[in-house]
Amino acid sequence: MTEGAAAAAARGHLLRNIVLFGRLLRVGSLDVTPTQLRDWVAALELVDLARKGDVKAAARAVLVSRRRDQPWFDKAFELFWQARDPRELEQLELGLMIQRRTERTKRAAIQKLALNDSDAGNDRPDDDRERTARAQLYSAREALRQKDFAQLEGEELDEIKRLMATMRWQLETRRTRRLRPDRHGHRLDLRRTLRRSLTQGGEMVDLVRRGRKHRRRPLVLLCDISGSMEPYSRLLLHFIYAVSHPRSVDPGISRVEAFAFGTRLTRLTRELAERDVDRALQAAAHRIEDWGGGTRTGDALREFNFTWSRRLLGQGAAVLIISDGWDRGDIDLLGHEMERLHRSCHRLIWLNPLLGSADYQPLTRGIVAALPHVDDFLPVHNLASLEQLGDLLFSGGGSAPGSGRPSAG
Amino acid sequence: MTVSPSFQRSNAGAERGFPDVDAVVAALRAEDYIAERDLATAIYLSLSMGKPIFLEGEPGVGKTEVAKALSRCLGSELIRLQCYEGLDVSTAVYEWNYRRQLLHLRGLEAAGGGDARAAVDDVFSSDFLLERPLLRAVRQSRRGEAPPVLLIDELDRADEEFEAYLLEILADFQITIPEIGTVAAETPPVAVVTSNRTREVHDALKRRCLYHWIDFPDYEKEVQIVLRRVPEAPEHFAAEIVRLVQALREEDLFKQPGVAETLDWTNALIALDQETLSDDILRDTLGVLLKYQDDLDKIDDEAVRRLLRKSQSPGD
Repeated sequence: MTEGAAAAAARGHLLRNIVLFGRLLRVGSLDVTPTQLRDWVAALELVDLARKGDVKAAARAVLVSRRRDQPWFDKAFELFWQARDPRELEQLELGLMIQRRTERTKRAAIQKLALNDSDAGNDRPDDDRERTARAQLYSAREALRQKDFAQLEGEELDEIKRLMATMRWQLETRRTRRLRPDRHGHRLDLRRTLRRSLTQGGEMVDLVRRGRKHRRRPLVLLCDISGSMEPYSRLLLHFIYAVSHPRSVDPGISRVEAFAFGTRLTRLTRELAERDVDRALQAAAHRIEDWGGGTRTGDALREFNFTWSRRLLGQGAAVLIISDGWDRGDIDLLGHEMERLHRSCHRLIWLNPLLGSADYQPLTRGIVAALPHVDDFLPVHNLASLEQLGDLLFSGGGSAPGSGRPSAG
Repeated sequence: MTVSPSFQRSNAGAERGFPDVDAVVAALRAEDYIAERDLATAIYLSLSMGKPIFLEGEPGVGKTEVAKALSRCLGSELIRLQCYEGLDVSTAVYEWNYRRQLLHLRGLEAAGGGDARAAVDDVFSSDFLLERPLLRAVRQSRRGEAPPVLLIDELDRADEEFEAYLLEILADFQITIPEIGTVAAETPPVAVVTSNRTREVHDALKRRCLYHWIDFPDYEKEVQIVLRRVPEAPEHFAAEIVRLVQALREEDLFKQPGVAETLDWTNALIALDQETLSDDILRDTLGVLLKYQDDLDKIDDEAVRRLLRKSQSPGD
């Protein structure tokens, strides 16, 4: 009886520890589901509990489904493994609770800030205002569309951000190898043809056809956030956020990946996935360590090519690089990596805010090295230029220095 | 030991033969597959819990080999589905044999017709069904034989549509054919899914599986692998080769050579009657290890000398 009770108590401790471990993992943003935890309990009955390596391998196989989560998992597991005494884990839980509490209050504070912000931006004209006022507003807007991002102030900035959020982004489509019913398709759908013929006494009257399915392309954005881009970079991050968050049901782009670079490459996709604009941008800004520093585009592109390109450029992706081309890094490397990038994506577009000014000549070393490998070279200094970009992305037409290359797809 | 209801089918897995992790390591070794212990643990759990195993890693680290070795040591058939974009039900699951169906209908007509309804039932019976890998895997496990090993290779090459379909299949190994009915596996096949990460596979699918990232093996493991797979290679030569490949992986390369490349290279060197490495032979055969022009360019004379020096000092 007492032995059974002791065993039950030990079991209770173990279960409690397991639940705590699950919470610990969630703090590290591993999304552990209850099903996974249950599976782990099942797995624990199968392995030798005295062998730490086995217990850990079992836990990892069941609970971790992304390689990048492994470092946090390793840390959490060490804590879990060492904390044999329930009291220790209790303290751990207390620590967790405090951490959560502070996070929650921080989040609330940010939300409050964001709320105030949007209140300020909500002074839209009422419907009963006169038409003349509307016309004035229209011309004001037109002026705003043409105004350089670097010269925007206060309310104008808010208005531009609002307009950016309402823009609709759409990429040209790519023909996939998947087939779907298509009246004008080039292949016979024998299955449907036969089915239909059976309703007509076995006579093949109608031939049912299939054709290739089309699908939107993925988009990869690489944004320069170095010192020389300072006047533009914050607004451009807003632009990237807007592109990553389609407003309509049909997302015009199949998948958006965002990176920032200066002297190093930072992936922002996860940060920008946050629903709330301000929180997303704050998280992104927090992530970027080389904000406002120098530029080594070659190194950043190299890192992209080596660690990301094979994973992200697979489905005929288009790549947008946003940079003024002021580069202090290795120029040969830049040319080389641009060439590699150009070969592995469907379309490479370079957006340059300086291209907006009439007397700009693309003569900086970086631009000279990069231009031969670019399909389109476009300005990105005001709202009008963004609209122009939108049209170009959708049409897929090239006004390009380096086009005429067969499309990868 | 108490067993939760969802876990009941695990017993079927335990019957498949491995009492513990050590047994898995030993069985794989007997089939010339040298597995790290944590991979063996994942495989053991996958078999015991009846859950698919999802293997990710660089190309050439032996993901596909796992399934092959597993099928050999379980004594069950290996059913392989190679993924590609546009893979659909008619190539992955089943298809009707239209030509036979048409011929059959024509034959009936020539013989003087008969009951049209019966003819339709006839034509959509399993005689006219072409089994594709997934259906075969499900049906196989109903025929009282050992459940097969189902290898779904390079899932990252398939598109999202197929991934969604696979999610359904992996959940309960049950396939519905409208004309015939539902076919369900009695014991789930041993499913092995691999990915080279040319695309992120959806989290939902990974969660259904036990996940394992296969790394490049360490020096000792890789030597063992070479000795097992290329028995002609003398031990000191295998050690030299592996040291060189491991040194090469530390170079700044676009694509590091995998274990598959190590084995290819060893075979190539043996075929060339080599017994030790030299500048010339390394330069001439580098194309077996490196598959990108940029990488080949990077390994110049100086790098070759550096690599050879590393390969000849066993202190590593």
